[in-house]
Amino acid sequence: MSFDVRAIRADFPILASTVRGKPLVFLDSGASAQKPRQVIGAMTHCMESAYANVHRGAYYLSETATEAYEASRRAVQVFLNAARPEEIVFTANSTMAINLVAHCYGRGVLKPGQAVLATEMEHHANIVPWQMLRDATGIELRFVRVTDTGELDMEDLAAKLADGKVGLVAVTHMSNVLGTVTPAERIAQMAHAAGAKVLFDGSQAAVHRRVDVQALDADFYVFTGHKLYGPTGIGVLYAKHALLEAMPPFLGGGDMISGVSLAGSTWAPPPAKFEAGTPAIVEAIGLHAAIDYVTAIGMPAIEAHERALVEHAMRKLSEVEGLSLLGSAQDRGGVFSFSLDNAHAHDLSTLLDRAGIAVRAGRHCAEPLHQRFGLEGGTCRASFGLYTTPEEIDFLAAALVKAREFFA
Amino acid sequence: MFDDLRDLYQELILDHGRKPRNFRRLEDATNHARGDNPMCGDRMELQLKLSGDVVEDLGFQGRGCAISMASASLMTETVKGKTTAQAHALSDRFRALAMTGTCPECGADLADEMERLQPLAGVHEFPSRVKCATLAWHTLNAALEGGKEASSE
Ligand SMILES: Cc1ncc(COP(=O)(O)O)c(C=O)c1O
Repeated sequence: MSFDVRAIRADFPILASTVRGKPLVFLDSGASAQKPRQVIGAMTHCMESAYANVHRGAYYLSETATEAYEASRRAVQVFLNAARPEEIVFTANSTMAINLVAHCYGRGVLKPGQAVLATEMEHHANIVPWQMLRDATGIELRFVRVTDTGELDMEDLAAKLADGKVGLVAVTHMSNVLGTVTPAERIAQMAHAAGAKVLFDGSQAAVHRRVDVQALDADFYVFTGHKLYGPTGIGVLYAKHALLEAMPPFLGGGDMISGVSLAGSTWAPPPAKFEAGTPAIVEAIGLHAAIDYVTAIGMPAIEAHERALVEHAMRKLSEVEGLSLLGSAQDRGGVFSFSLDNAHAHDLSTLLDRAGIAVRAGRHCAEPLHQRFGLEGGTCRASFGLYTTPEEIDFLAAALVKAREFFA
Repeated sequence: MFDDLRDLYQELILDHGRKPRNFRRLEDATNHARGDNPMCGDRMELQLKLSGDVVEDLGFQGRGCAISMASASLMTETVKGKTTAQAHALSDRFRALAMTGTCPECGADLADEMERLQPLAGVHEFPSRVKCATLAWHTLNAALEGGKEASSE
């Protein structure tokens, strides 16, 4: 299937809407993406004609819903190229998936005296759970430095692995602020050589590129449904089966047990062991539809479209006088954080909003990274999706020029 | 493209945003407080010099958007020389103004002061920006009460 951005846009009802009388130019997909009809339809269909609780009833509807829920798990397995469906655990989002690892692997498997190695470019979701682990257990927490170009300092990474104490490297696969795509394969090799496991936060990366957890040799990989054109309330933890077996459960309750007596309980095998309670059934079905949607277009085609957008944006934005871009990594995706010399990020986003342009202003859940670059006041961020067009980027650039005049 | 935004960003606001008044440290402050808007990273440090019941002087430092800088600047100008009771009254009224665009409760007293703050009334049409305008006033309350942390969250 060839990439036809007009046809794709027609799949997203919201893109035809107007904001304050202007056509919507949605450049905040990095925070959460819009939803195609295919996802909306699959969820509606489930609730209208195929809905019941899963794993619980021996009747037609429950069996149908269970099959659809498990089919979604298999779709995620194929999407990530995991070895088996049992390696896919559904969570509420990336945040919960990382917290699950911090809790079950961090407290259940890592030992005091060991360390977790994160980086300065992480989203708070990949910082705070590790701080909580550190504070509760005495496990050390280290951070890899970020270079001035917004890339990981690989020498610093090597140095911080050198003493062999690191039990887990937790690193983003693509920065939600800098757009930087990290050298995941190399990081996994270095972590493994130092005796550590590796977790990738794929919240951004999985949306823009084909991810193969086996080729990466990832031990853990997480992503979140709502950034992948799917619904909110569903996320994914991939983990190697042996790790899931070794880890104690996360939440306790129904579905995660194999037997319960008042004296004690035994755990169900993975992935059920980590999915206590009624799961996000409709959302899992929506996620399946989203995966089918991007797979039909083709992740390589999406990546090529976005590469062209990135090049276009680099050119257009660098022509805007007074604008500075945060980060200039070689390998990057469609996320651009910037500041204008004479306008604060919040004033700028209010102006752009008047033109129908939705961008995010602030520190994008990455305060340490903004501190690293001396930008405590925040930046504006434009982030692209598969429906973004070069014309929208031109419009943004023109609006930025006007905004600078406005504040002059 | 942005002409209708001149209601929010009036010349007076842009001017105070660029050149905030009383943007300095007070050497002889009696009260101070820090204001934080964790959502956007706006931060200010406010110092007061109370003499008996009167706010004799104010100074602030910090960083923020044009709205929050202008609001802090106008706040210091308006509150200087007022009694603490008047300062509290202005704070209540300003917050009503920023949130609703009007202040039906505003009496005839302090009418001139409220008139000076009127240019910020436009912020009520921008729900995500109201906090920018009120941060300085939250911080003023905290300073008057002896200097706690204020947050516009
Ligand atoms: C890199 C990264 N990690 C983690 C998250 C958290 O995702 P969620 O809020 O869906 O848990 C986000 C998005 O906000 C992100 O961009």
